[in-house]
Amino acid sequence: MSSSTTSTTTISTAGPPSRRNTELAMLAFAVIIPVFAYANVGLALSDEMPSGMLSYGLGLGLLASVGHIVVRKFAPYADPLLLPLATLLNGLGLVLIWRLDQSERLARTAEAQGFAYQASAPNQLMYSAMGVAFFIAVLMLLKDHRILQRYTYISMAGALVLLVMPVFFPAKFGARIWVTVAGFSIQPAEFAKIVIAVFFAGYLMVKRDALALASRRFMGLYLPRGRDLGPILVVWAMSILILVFETDLGTSLLFFGMFVVMLYVATERTSWIVFGLLMSAIGAVGVATFEPHVQQRVDAWLDPFAVYDTGQGTEQIAQALMAFGSGGVMGTGLGQGNSDLIGFAANSDFILATVGEELGLAGTMAILLLYGLIVERGVRTALAARDPFGKLLAIGLSAAFGIQVFVVAGGVMGLIPLTGMTMPFLAAGGSSVMANWALVAILIKISDTARRPAPAPAPSPDAEMTQVVRP
Amino acid sequence: MNKPLRRIAIFCGLLVLALLVRDNWIQFVQADELADHKHNRRVEIARYSQPRGNIIVDGKAITGSKETNGTDFKYKRTYTDGAMWAPVTGYASQVYGATQLENLHDGILTGDDDRLFFNRTLDMITGKSKKGGDVITTLNAKAQKAAFQGLGSKKGAVAALDPRTGKILALASTPSYDPSNIAGGSKKDEEEWKRLDEKNNKDVPMLNRALRQTYPPGSTFKVVTAAAALENGLYDSVDEKTNSPLPWKLPLTTGRPLPNEGNIPCENASLKLALQVSCNTVFGKISDDLGNEKMIEQAEKFGFNETVDTPVRTAASVYPEDNRPQNAMAGIGQASNRATPLQMAMVTAAIANDGKMMKPYMVDKLRAPNLNVVEQTEPDEMSRPMSSETANKLQDMMENVVEKGTGTSARIPGVTVGGKTGTAQRGVANSEKPYAWFISYATGEDGSPVAVAVVVEDSQASRGDISGGGLAAPIARSVMKAVLDSEK
Repeated sequence: MSSSTTSTTTISTAGPPSRRNTELAMLAFAVIIPVFAYANVGLALSDEMPSGMLSYGLGLGLLASVGHIVVRKFAPYADPLLLPLATLLNGLGLVLIWRLDQSERLARTAEAQGFAYQASAPNQLMYSAMGVAFFIAVLMLLKDHRILQRYTYISMAGALVLLVMPVFFPAKFGARIWVTVAGFSIQPAEFAKIVIAVFFAGYLMVKRDALALASRRFMGLYLPRGRDLGPILVVWAMSILILVFETDLGTSLLFFGMFVVMLYVATERTSWIVFGLLMSAIGAVGVATFEPHVQQRVDAWLDPFAVYDTGQGTEQIAQALMAFGSGGVMGTGLGQGNSDLIGFAANSDFILATVGEELGLAGTMAILLLYGLIVERGVRTALAARDPFGKLLAIGLSAAFGIQVFVVAGGVMGLIPLTGMTMPFLAAGGSSVMANWALVAILIKISDTARRPAPAPAPSPDAEMTQVVRP
Repeated sequence: MNKPLRRIAIFCGLLVLALLVRDNWIQFVQADELADHKHNRRVEIARYSQPRGNIIVDGKAITGSKETNGTDFKYKRTYTDGAMWAPVTGYASQVYGATQLENLHDGILTGDDDRLFFNRTLDMITGKSKKGGDVITTLNAKAQKAAFQGLGSKKGAVAALDPRTGKILALASTPSYDPSNIAGGSKKDEEEWKRLDEKNNKDVPMLNRALRQTYPPGSTFKVVTAAAALENGLYDSVDEKTNSPLPWKLPLTTGRPLPNEGNIPCENASLKLALQVSCNTVFGKISDDLGNEKMIEQAEKFGFNETVDTPVRTAASVYPEDNRPQNAMAGIGQASNRATPLQMAMVTAAIANDGKMMKPYMVDKLRAPNLNVVEQTEPDEMSRPMSSETANKLQDMMENVVEKGTGTSARIPGVTVGGKTGTAQRGVANSEKPYAWFISYATGEDGSPVAVAVVVEDSQASRGDISGGGLAAPIARSVMKAVLDSEK
C-alpha cells in the first residue's frame, strides 16, 4: 500500500503493481458474502435454502466476473477496491430488497390501498445488470476521461434538461423528481449528478485562475469578479428552483455541496466555503419558510414521534428509529426483523433501517464504512490524478457520492431532516443503481489513468554511447 | 490542488464519522428506549408470535391458541366454553389488551416472567422458541357447568368456595360473552367488542358479577346479624325466645311498621324459627339493639368494606356507618348494605368451616413450560369472624332452613345442607323487581366441601315468582351436587 501511494504521485517507469489479482480475490468475497446473506434470509423466513440461491449466486458472480475482466482489459491499473465495494453493496442490496419482497405486511398494505404488490428484487437484478452494462460501456468507450472535457457546455445543457424534465411529470409521494415513460420511471437527478460534475470540472479547470486570483479583497474575504461569479449564482438559483418546483431538498443540497467542494478544490480559496455556506443557509431558511413540504420534514425531524399525537405527517422517521433501536447492537438477524413497518419506502429510501434492525449496530457501521471507503478511494483517485480535470471530476463525483450517503443515512437515522434520496447501490431503484455504476466506472477510469505507469523514455543512443568507456 | 483535496477527504471522513456516532447513539445508547417505545409494534408482534400458555381447570386447558393469517400477530387466543369461563379467564385480545387471570398472570402465560428466566435461557441455547407457562386454577369444571347452566338465560351470578381451603370452585356470571370473539384484530372482533361495550349493551355482558358487582344481600344477610347477636351475647341459645314485638316499628320513624313477608310467626320467635321463616322484625330489631358499630365490626370480620384479591380483585362489599333506622334495615340486608356474591359465599363458608374463614383464591399454581411449579398457593386463614360454638349454632339454624324453612328446594338426599334464602328489594319504595338470593353449604364426612352463593337478578320472571327459594336455590343445589359428586 505505502509503495503504491508514494509511487502514484511521481512518474516512474517501474509503476505500481496493477493489483488486479487483489481485486479478483476481494470480488470473490463481495460475491460470497451476499450469497451467504441470501441463504440466511431464506433460512430465517422459511426454514429452507431459498430456491433461487444458485441462480442468484451465479448471476451476481457473472456480473462481477464480467466487470472484473473488462477492468483487467480496459483499466488494468485501476483502483482495486472500487469494483468489489460496489459489487458487495449491490449484492447486499439485492438480498435486502428480496427479503422485503417476502413481507406479507407490505403485500397486505398494498392490497388494502388497491395496488398490486410487486416484488422489486427481479427488477433490481435487471437494473443491476444494466448498471454493470453501463459500467462496462463507460470503461470500453471512454478511452481517456479527459475526452469529457470537450463536452463541458453540452453537459451543462444536458444537466439542465435532466433537472427540469420532472417538472412536466406528475408528483409521486410528494416529490416531483420522476420522469415516467411507458410505465418506466426514472429519476433524472441521479444521472444529472454525473453530468453536472463533468460540467463543473470542465468549467472550473478553465476558470480556476480567474476565480482564484482576479478578486477584490473585502473585509478579509476575496470577492470574485461578477462575470466569474455568474455561473455560481446560476447554479445556486437552479438548485433552489429544483427545490421549489420539485420539492427535492436532497438533490439541491447534493448539487450545491458538490459545486462548493469543487470550487474550493479548484481555487484553493476558503472564502468559497464561506460563501457557499452563507448562500445555502439563506436559501434553506428562505425555502423552509415558504415551502410547506420542507417545513413538514423539518418538523418530523425535530420530533419524529409527534405524528402519533397529532396524526399529522408521516410516521416513517419514527418507525425507522424504532427499527434501529430494536436492532440494537447485534441486530435481529437477516429476515427476522420488522422493518417493513416503515411502509412503502422500506426498500428504497429507508433500506438502511432494515440493515439497522436485522444486522444491528455492527452491520450498519460496516455498511457505512463501505460507503466511506468508496468515498475515500475516490478522494485518493483525485489526489493521484495527474491532470486538474481528472482531479476535479474525481473529487466532484466522490463528494457527491459522500454527500448523498450522508444525506440519506442522516435522514433515515434522524440526524438531519429527511430528503427522500436513495442509498446508492443498496436501495431499490433503477436510475440510482445505473447512475452509480456509471459513477464508479468513471472513478475507475480516472484511477487507471492516474496509476498507469508513465511510458518508458525512449532509449537514447547517445546515452548508450557515453556508457562505453574505452580505456 | 492537493491541499484542499486532503481537507475534503477529512470533511468526507467527518460526514461518515457523524453517521457512525449517530448510529451508535440510536442503536446503542437509545436502543432500549426505542425498542420498548409504546408505539413500537414489535413489542406486540413478539408477544403474539408464539402461543400463550394455558389456563387449566381439572387438568384440562380451557384456553388455546390459534394461528392466524393476514395480521401482524401470528397467534390468537381461543377459549373452550368461553362464555362459561369468562368470569375466570377474562380475555386476552390482540387489540383490547387483557383482563383478569389473562392479565394478572400475563408474564407466566407469555413466558416473559422473570421467574421463567432460566427456562428462556435454556430454550435460547437449545434453539427452541420461547414458550409460555400455565396457570392452574382451583375451579371445578362440573360445578362451574352446573352454575352456568343453572343461571341459563337469567341474569345473575354464582360463587362457590371450598370452605376448608378457600379454593374457588365456581364463578359464573350471566349474561356472559365469549372472549374468543374479541381475541383477534379483525373487523368482526371489533364489531363484537362494540356490541359488548357497556355503552351499547345494557346487559353489560363483560361485567364479572360474581366478583365485581355488589347487590343488596337481602335476607341472606340475616346469618351475619345472627352471628353478631350470638357473638355479642345478645342471645345465648338459638332456641331461646327473642324479645321481638310484632309489629315492630323502625326506630326514630313514625311511618309504618317493618313488614314481614306474609303472616309468619315472628313475635318473640327464637333465632332458629326467625331464620327458618325469615323474620324481618326479629333481625331488624337485633341490628338495632346491637347498634351500628357492633354490626359493622361483625360484617368487617366477614370481610365487608374491603376488597379481596383472588387474585382478581373483587369489589368491596359494604356495611356502612349509618343512622339507626338505616342500620336496622341493613341488618336485614337492605338499605345501604351491599355484598358481592363471593362475599356471601365467604360468609357461608366461614359458618360451614366452624368459624374459620379462609382467604378465597382461584389460582392453585403457576407452572413453567417444563412443568416445574413456579408458584404454589397455600390456603391461608383470613379471619375468625366467630367462635366455633357460634358457627355450630348458625349451622343448626341454616340446616333447619333447608329442612323445613324457605330453602327446602336445596335439599339433597343423604346430605346435610344448610342454607338461607334472600329476596332483596330494590328501587324507590320497592318499585323494581327484587333480586333472588340463596346461600348454602353441604356437609360431607370430612367437613364441608362446598359453600355457594347464588344471585339471580331476573327481569323476565313475573314479580310474584321471584324468591330466593324458588329461583336461586335449585342452582345452588346443582352446584353443591356437582362438587359432592366429584368428591367421590
